[in-house]
Amino acid sequence: MTVSHPDNRGLRLLVRYIVLTLIALIFVFPLVFMVMSSLKPDLQLLTDTNSLRAFLPVGDISLGNYFAAFERAPVGLFVFNSVFVTGITVLLSLAVCSMAAFSFVFLNWKGRDVMLTIILATLIVPFETIAIPLLLIASKLPWLSFDGLTTGWLNTYRVQIIPFIADGLTVFLFVQYFKDLPRELIEAARVEGASWFQIFRRIVMPLSGPVIATAAILKFLAMYNQYLWPLMVVQEETYRPVMVGLQYFFQLNRAWGEIMAYLSLITLPVLAFYLYLQKAFIASIASTGVKG
Amino acid sequence: MAFPTLSLITLFIVVPLIFAFGLSFTNQRLISPKPTEFVGWQNYYQLLDLSFVKLAPEKDADGNLLVDKNGEYKYPRLRTLSRGNPDYEHLRGMREWNSWQLGEDRLYLMARDVVFMKAVVNTLFFVMVVAPLQGGLALVLALLINQRLRGINLYRAVFFMPVVVSIVVVSLLWRLIYDANDGLLNNLLGTLSFGLIPAVDWLGSSDTAMESIIAMSIWQAVGFHMVIWLSGLQTISPTLYEAAAIEGSSRWQTFRYVTWPGLRNTAVLVLIVITMQAFALFAQIDVMTQGGPLDSTQTIVFQAVERGYGKQDISGGSTISVLLFVIVLGISLFQRYLTREKA
Repeated sequence: MTVSHPDNRGLRLLVRYIVLTLIALIFVFPLVFMVMSSLKPDLQLLTDTNSLRAFLPVGDISLGNYFAAFERAPVGLFVFNSVFVTGITVLLSLAVCSMAAFSFVFLNWKGRDVMLTIILATLIVPFETIAIPLLLIASKLPWLSFDGLTTGWLNTYRVQIIPFIADGLTVFLFVQYFKDLPRELIEAARVEGASWFQIFRRIVMPLSGPVIATAAILKFLAMYNQYLWPLMVVQEETYRPVMVGLQYFFQLNRAWGEIMAYLSLITLPVLAFYLYLQKAFIASIASTGVKG
Repeated sequence: MAFPTLSLITLFIVVPLIFAFGLSFTNQRLISPKPTEFVGWQNYYQLLDLSFVKLAPEKDADGNLLVDKNGEYKYPRLRTLSRGNPDYEHLRGMREWNSWQLGEDRLYLMARDVVFMKAVVNTLFFVMVVAPLQGGLALVLALLINQRLRGINLYRAVFFMPVVVSIVVVSLLWRLIYDANDGLLNNLLGTLSFGLIPAVDWLGSSDTAMESIIAMSIWQAVGFHMVIWLSGLQTISPTLYEAAAIEGSSRWQTFRYVTWPGLRNTAVLVLIVITMQAFALFAQIDVMTQGGPLDSTQTIVFQAVERGYGKQDISGGSTISVLLFVIVLGISLFQRYLTREKA
């Protein structure tokens, strides 16, 4: 090993930090630009792109663009729809997929291994390849409500929720986690006469905090950022989520301030949530790395 | 207890997948008064049919080659062949996709669906650039992050940040960055170079549109794969590094003989995941270019959606979906093959 002079080492350290910081700026600047632009009137916003002022909250700063965005489109409704659809789907997905994983890991039933193989095989089916036939199916599915039997799921909440409750990745994450739980705990509970469902509720789930967090984060990101599917199945404003609500702002010519305000509005809460739970977010992505 | 999951996955993943295959052999539309009919391979034929035609240059009555005002040979118009010429019945309805000069003759490649062919080529281009570039950059970032430095977690968090932002939001934001007149990128490049670099219409020119989308897509997703590389790096035993240090190996040697062999399976995984995501390229196109300019950013999924949803042509969209599925399946089987070898 070469012994480096202390000054030399300090210099190297400095270079490392400079490199890391420059790279970090590449990732941060576009997002800073988005937020700063959302606070400026259109004219200033565009002239500011000529200098570093683009990344600074200088000049005529106000929340005017945000108010304008709310006037242009039912932004509050879109946010509610997204939060509602995402929240319900995450909860149902955790419940349904963890139950399935429990049954795959701890129960013995005929065809279990085949079924698990099929579910894991669905991991390689990109949603894009089934979107079109799924659109046809969704347009024909029946639904029983107070108004009697109706046909067609288009323009509803359920069409955005139900198809996404069960997915191979969530089942896979729970299966991996359950496999490592101590078997003795479950056997002891069986001896004491606990039912399988009680074991699931009282023993297994309380021990599954980490995997629940992982699965919830991944599902949350996937659902909140959904675009293709709601674009196809929701034409009515009433059920539209935030990403499709963006279309109101596509057509705007040069009203960039308003566009940036809407983008910041739907992105900043997620970013804040991410920065707060940063370790859990990154751990959840890392855990998909063992897939396959 | 597995029943709800099994039935949901069957109804919303397995059945649609089987349906896609079935529908691709019919003329199903979303809403149509006509009954659905079985049409065999017709949809595949419409999408994939290609044909070569070699044409000799035109001659005048004396047998001299005709030349246009630019000094180039003139060839018979392709339309005279593709619009019901009985000698070229197989070319009926096809259009020119590309052509090459072969001596005096010109070789034309005709496609029944030129737009779809361009979509396939563009998607393959996107995949072949993004997979190695994004995978490689992600590895470089992971190696940078994998040092023991104070505050390194902050950098990791920052590099990962764009991943949690929706690609739809990113695409719209970058439309302003790429804007030809007021775009941040043009203005910054202009200022930094004291006006030497001319403004480029990044998304409005067919030469740069796909490349611009590639750069943005990598910016958004590279942090995701950095994290996967990082978890691979952390499985490599520290004793191996200590041994390498005692042997006095250089940094490059350590990477080449310790780090890289330990990352083999991670490498396959990262490449496969990027490839699969890249084949599904849609949102960026929908928000930024709608396939233009001049079809230079058409992609397979954009075409599937434009047909299946936009034109309500369920069977046409399903056929494209099936083709995409076959490609993706092939890649995953290839991955199985690569990872099994050593196990």
